[in-house]
Amino acid sequence: MKVRALTAKNAGLIACESCHKLIDKGHSKTNEPICPRCNASVSQRKKDSLNRTWALLVSALVLYIPANLFPIMTLISFGKESKETILSGIHQLFVSGQWVIAIVVLFASVFVPIFKIIALSFLVISIHVGMSWQPVLRTRLYRFVEWIGRWSMIDIFMISVLIALVKLKELATVEAGPGAMAFAAVVILTMFASKAFDPRLIWDRLEGEDNGQ
Amino acid sequence: MTGSGPLEAGNSSNMKVRLACPECDLLHENQKIKTGHSSYCRRCGAILFRGQKDSLDRTLAYACTGLVFFLLANISPILVFKMRGNLSANQLVDGALAFLSSGYWPLGILVLFASVIAPLMVLCFLVSILLPLKYHRLPIFPEWQIRTLLALRPWAMAEIFVIGIMVAFVKLRDFADVGIGGSLVGIICMVSAMVLAFLSLDHRELWKRLEELKK
Repeated sequence: MKVRALTAKNAGLIACESCHKLIDKGHSKTNEPICPRCNASVSQRKKDSLNRTWALLVSALVLYIPANLFPIMTLISFGKESKETILSGIHQLFVSGQWVIAIVVLFASVFVPIFKIIALSFLVISIHVGMSWQPVLRTRLYRFVEWIGRWSMIDIFMISVLIALVKLKELATVEAGPGAMAFAAVVILTMFASKAFDPRLIWDRLEGEDNGQ
Repeated sequence: MTGSGPLEAGNSSNMKVRLACPECDLLHENQKIKTGHSSYCRRCGAILFRGQKDSLDRTLAYACTGLVFFLLANISPILVFKMRGNLSANQLVDGALAFLSSGYWPLGILVLFASVIAPLMVLCFLVSILLPLKYHRLPIFPEWQIRTLLALRPWAMAEIFVIGIMVAFVKLRDFADVGIGGSLVGIICMVSAMVLAFLSLDHRELWKRLEELKK
């Protein structure tokens, strides 16, 4: 006999996302219940989780194109301009023999954003189709995506250090490029996308519940 | 691993369930766990809470340490760049200011927030919540402070900023003379203190103390 796992939702309770207090759903009369302990507005599942995740993912995917096409920065030295994109910057690090740093940047700036978009899309689709495959693994995937997302900001911080440091007029100057703006937007949008996704939906579908809010 | 479940529906009335897993919503009994051990969800493995000896005192100590190092991180330059007898150096806030003055102001705001304002606010909130608690007083607007602290945490990216500095350092070294300033050490120490502060923070303990004081 299949036993339905006792979740907060099944028990008619709301778990506050901010302070984790369990709140009896019946106690609140208003539509927007508020956590009595930390005053955060609470709901059993994040509102419009899947739609919001999709919207943010699509925006990130669109901006990923200019982020890679446009230069993220320009080095001007003795009147000579050299533009650098995300990929050419990594290539240059490899050429100059900085393997460790090159691999770190390759992961943070190329693999992580793509991986995040693919992984979150897979998770959202898996809920849309009611997949019951490996819920623990999918929850772990989500946890990993949420943890690793911020590390893509390395390139943006690198540019901020260079433009502040290399400003010797004719000798050498570094300027930021439009690609940096698009890339920062990709990182932030994917961070919001992983925040909008509710991993508890993975488990709701497993129990054959609808996820209507 | 502590915590019970999956529990059968129907048994809930005679069980003292206190905690739902934040990632899969499974209910767990609130059990006493040994200090120094963390509690994980039985079903999905998510961390439920960290049991740490003297959790709040440790966090407070780390947060104070972090604030001191934050000040040190702002005194001297991070990197020094030399080329044909010319010298230029940058400080913590200079990157954000350079973005702001070059027309990429959204990036300026983002970098300023992620590398300076958010880490500083996180450390300040930790101290302003935990210091009054230590002396059995209620902090000002404790609920608001804790909620803001948790919301700010992912945006305090000082640790990523450190890696960004290292990449910039390596890139420039091929091209000119680059030196490391004293601030870099300050930033690294601040980051370590901040990470340790969050690792030792037991949210359960924090809310327990607050609720005791409110009575």
